[in-house]
Amino acid sequence: MLNKLFSFNGGVTPAYEKTRSAEGPILPVPLPAELVIPLHQHVGGPPRPVVQAGDRVTKGQRIGKADGNASATVHASTSGLVSAVEMRRMPHSSGLSALSVIIKPDGLDAWGTAKPLDLHTASPTEIRDHLMQMGVVGLGGAVFPTHLKIVPGQPKALETLVINGAECEPFITCDDLLMRQRADTVIAGVALMCQIMKPDRTLIGIEDNKPEAIRAMQQAIEAQHDKRLEVVSVPTRYPAGGAKQLIRVLTGIEVPHGERSTDYGVQCFNVGTAVAVHDAIKLGRPLVSRIVTVSGNVRRGGNYDVLIGTPMRDVVALSEAHADTNRYIMGGPMMGVVMPGMEVPVVKATNCILVGSPKMFPPPPPEMPCIRCGECAIACPADLQPFELYWFSRAKIFGKAQEYHLFDCIECGCCAYVCPSHIPLVDYYRFAKSEIWAREHEKEAADHARERYEFRQYREEREKEEKAARLAAKTAAGREKATAALAVAEQPDGSNNTAEKDAKKALIAAALARAKQQQEQAAAINTAAALSAEQQAEIAAIEARRAEIREVAKPHLPPDN
Amino acid sequence: MLAAVLVMALGAIVLGAALGFASVKFRVEGDPLVEKIDAILPQTQCGQCNYPGCKPYAEAIAKGEAEINQCPPGGEEGIRKLADLLGREFKPLSSEHGVEKPKSVAFIDEQTCIGCTLCIQACPVDAIVGAAKQMHTIIADQCTGCELCLPPCPVDCITMEPIAETVENWKWKYPVFPIRSTH
Amino acid sequence: MLATKSNNSPFVLKPASVRSVMVRVLLALIPGVVAYVWLFGPAILVQIALASLTALAAEAIALHLRRKPVWLFISDGSALVTAWLIALSFPPIAPWWLVVLGTLFAIVVAKHLYGGLGQNPFNPAMVAFALMIVAYPLAMSQWPAPGGDFSQHLNAIFGHRQVDAMTMATPLDALRTALHSGATPAADSTNAWLWISLGYALGGLYLLQQRLITWHLPVAFLATLGLIASIACYADPVRFGSPVFHLFSGGAVLGAFFIITDPVSGCTTPRGKLIFATLAALLVWIIRTFGAYPDGVAFAVLLMNIAAPLIDMYTQPPVFGHKGKRTGGLS
Repeated sequence: MLNKLFSFNGGVTPAYEKTRSAEGPILPVPLPAELVIPLHQHVGGPPRPVVQAGDRVTKGQRIGKADGNASATVHASTSGLVSAVEMRRMPHSSGLSALSVIIKPDGLDAWGTAKPLDLHTASPTEIRDHLMQMGVVGLGGAVFPTHLKIVPGQPKALETLVINGAECEPFITCDDLLMRQRADTVIAGVALMCQIMKPDRTLIGIEDNKPEAIRAMQQAIEAQHDKRLEVVSVPTRYPAGGAKQLIRVLTGIEVPHGERSTDYGVQCFNVGTAVAVHDAIKLGRPLVSRIVTVSGNVRRGGNYDVLIGTPMRDVVALSEAHADTNRYIMGGPMMGVVMPGMEVPVVKATNCILVGSPKMFPPPPPEMPCIRCGECAIACPADLQPFELYWFSRAKIFGKAQEYHLFDCIECGCCAYVCPSHIPLVDYYRFAKSEIWAREHEKEAADHARERYEFRQYREEREKEEKAARLAAKTAAGREKATAALAVAEQPDGSNNTAEKDAKKALIAAALARAKQQQEQAAAINTAAALSAEQQAEIAAIEARRAEIREVAKPHLPPDN
Repeated sequence: MLAAVLVMALGAIVLGAALGFASVKFRVEGDPLVEKIDAILPQTQCGQCNYPGCKPYAEAIAKGEAEINQCPPGGEEGIRKLADLLGREFKPLSSEHGVEKPKSVAFIDEQTCIGCTLCIQACPVDAIVGAAKQMHTIIADQCTGCELCLPPCPVDCITMEPIAETVENWKWKYPVFPIRSTH
Repeated sequence: MLATKSNNSPFVLKPASVRSVMVRVLLALIPGVVAYVWLFGPAILVQIALASLTALAAEAIALHLRRKPVWLFISDGSALVTAWLIALSFPPIAPWWLVVLGTLFAIVVAKHLYGGLGQNPFNPAMVAFALMIVAYPLAMSQWPAPGGDFSQHLNAIFGHRQVDAMTMATPLDALRTALHSGATPAADSTNAWLWISLGYALGGLYLLQQRLITWHLPVAFLATLGLIASIACYADPVRFGSPVFHLFSGGAVLGAFFIITDPVSGCTTPRGKLIFATLAALLVWIIRTFGAYPDGVAFAVLLMNIAAPLIDMYTQPPVFGHKGKRTGGLS
């Protein structure tokens, strides 16, 4: 414990409210009537469904196939029958639907065959593939596919592996309970990560308001005699659990936005992810459940081991929400998102279901003008000038907002928390960011379209030239042929030629005969007895008119021959 | 008097030299204005501006032959950007060139398509795949929504489908809706 | 702007409000006001009341005309802060219409015509002071001697002008004249202003303790003013005033803690604050020494207000992870 600790600027100390849910064991949740497993639960490309309605699945069976490398696999959380693969409302602020696999549990909860991985024989690629196949993603909330972060055999050696057990958001206690009650598994997972990534040192950062977790983790390390690991107690200050902030506190390194922390010799994983890595490698079990805190407006907060896809309402029911509950928030009160409904499923990103009521989280007071007091700048852990960003975002001057490092904003909410004018600052940044992303996307599409348009023009030009060249070649060839034919005709001895000519004549005669026959047939139809008297009269009239016209037109017609 | 003249002359020489140096040092290649205008245009290549594509329209604007409000897909925002770039007055979109519509992509009803390839020939960005007497389909990602494939289709099997909002392309809304007090 | 907001995270807010900020600023002014009343009599309270009533009325009318929720905005206290600063920077025996006119101009023109709270590029109180001293230089230069008779003061404020009998120049003014005539300014007046300045400084320390202001502005301002005055005084004590005069007479301390610290019209970045305060102090000294007006704080602050956005743009602090790289400014 002789580490020198660093600190990050800013941060806030809201009421932590951890005791509401930090007591008692991690409880299981009974199997729900149906599981709704969205296919796209992580950062990266959406997976493709590999099951269809009517399929039977076992627990842990793959139901969504990773699409590309920056994606993750999705698995059935329990055994049962796939009742549908359809659009269902996502636990997302948009309230929009996305493709999900609906499973009716059969009650057996039977695992399929486990596929553990032997790290001693596995190649780096195999380890990565295995983690991708097991659907392991970061469980701290960012749900970034873990196999992209665990890169064995990096060219640059990993100096520090940071394990994030800080859990700085108020109300949330899932990592705390995990460390307290399953410290051995956490440490085993961390040890596996060490084995894969071979860091010089491994620091497990835990906020000092979780003394029991710190003790449990230290005991687990001692029990396993693992000298590589070290628990570091970090000062409690939101957002100490942000990956960048924790790396800063533990190592003094600041990882800028848009750069990989491995370039600075650091990598950071959540304690929950360590458990998922352990389960995937040692037990061969994919990520099908996670620990979820239920807190807020409930009779007794607690933590539950929840199958991915369980409707939130079913989980909250165990904690008994009070009657005035008006919404669920996924995550904590600082960064959580309001759920569009109470039936949305628990996903890999769900660390907490915060049950809200108008009394517990009252609607914010009216927004006042910004007085540039600078409180937000003092609170900002990314050292930004939030009021300037607010100004530019509000006025939709996005270029300037980017110049003032809008994208370094981690949306931690500190600025809005301290703002005396009650401005929803983070909402402005979210708005500006998504507008900028949309514009960049449009720009990319436009550049692409320009390229394709220009290529098409080039191609058309080329085709025209090629056609002209072909035509020229053809005419030249035709002329040659004609001269050649002439030369042949002039030959005195042309027995072959006459035979050929005869054959041609015969062909033409045959064709003429066919044509004549067809004509006659047509005439036959027109004059057939099948025609009614009316029709025949009509035909006769037409013929009469034709004859008349022919008579009139005779002087002008070329003489018949 | 002489001193003043000398000072003025010296100033002229120094400034002239500086300007000459700057013109050599900071020389700009090509015609960046057309490029800049082209970068603002949406690259739909729809021809609603009465030019055969975005680049020709950009050239016409640069030459001063075309107004900046002839591009319906670029919309009001595009006109504002052009006005900013060129220092011209903002004008509302000229209605004879069309109206701003939500972004759409073409969709071929594959039951009706007869495989005539006319749409393939019309597509300015080669976003339609197919061959003679084979069914055609649109590569939605590459479709600019220019609608140029609609008129040539002999069986009217192409429709424009607005791009649906999904979790991936959903945007955060402007956070505050002002209400003025009522009195 | 009253608005319905989308309610997204964070769902918890620190109990802070613009009103609490403004109330604490008013609290911080009280020690200075107490010293003022102690030494110059209660006339200043009349001025504060006049300015406050005018400011609230003007604010209410302006908000009503701009169709803003009147009570929400008027209760934020920002108009009162402006009013108090105007009253404290005007002479306590100035005629009533002077302070009323100044306050009206500050609230209606300098604040609301620019878009209201948070939008004004200039410090409204200083706009009022500058306008009035340019328009009514005589009335703005009639300062009472310490002590003085309250009824006489009231008479001066509301009644016919009989001011000559009791007025005297401000210490700064006196200094100016004294330096030219060779006499020393009245010691009791100097002492009185010293005490009032200490009162303001006490309030300033409260603001610092409450983290409503940072040390950058007052420290840089007072240090620069003291330093320049010391150097000049050392070089030529006859021509230039002593640092004690510059710091503790006139509006230097009030300005350092309450006026240049206005975040709306001033700089907000740490380096920007240092530059802002240093240049403001330099201007104060220059205007006091070479200018035509007795005190230069108002003009110095207004001039620096113009430069504040530019200074802020070039002094953006480095962002997390971008330390050591150039940020902000033109890029």
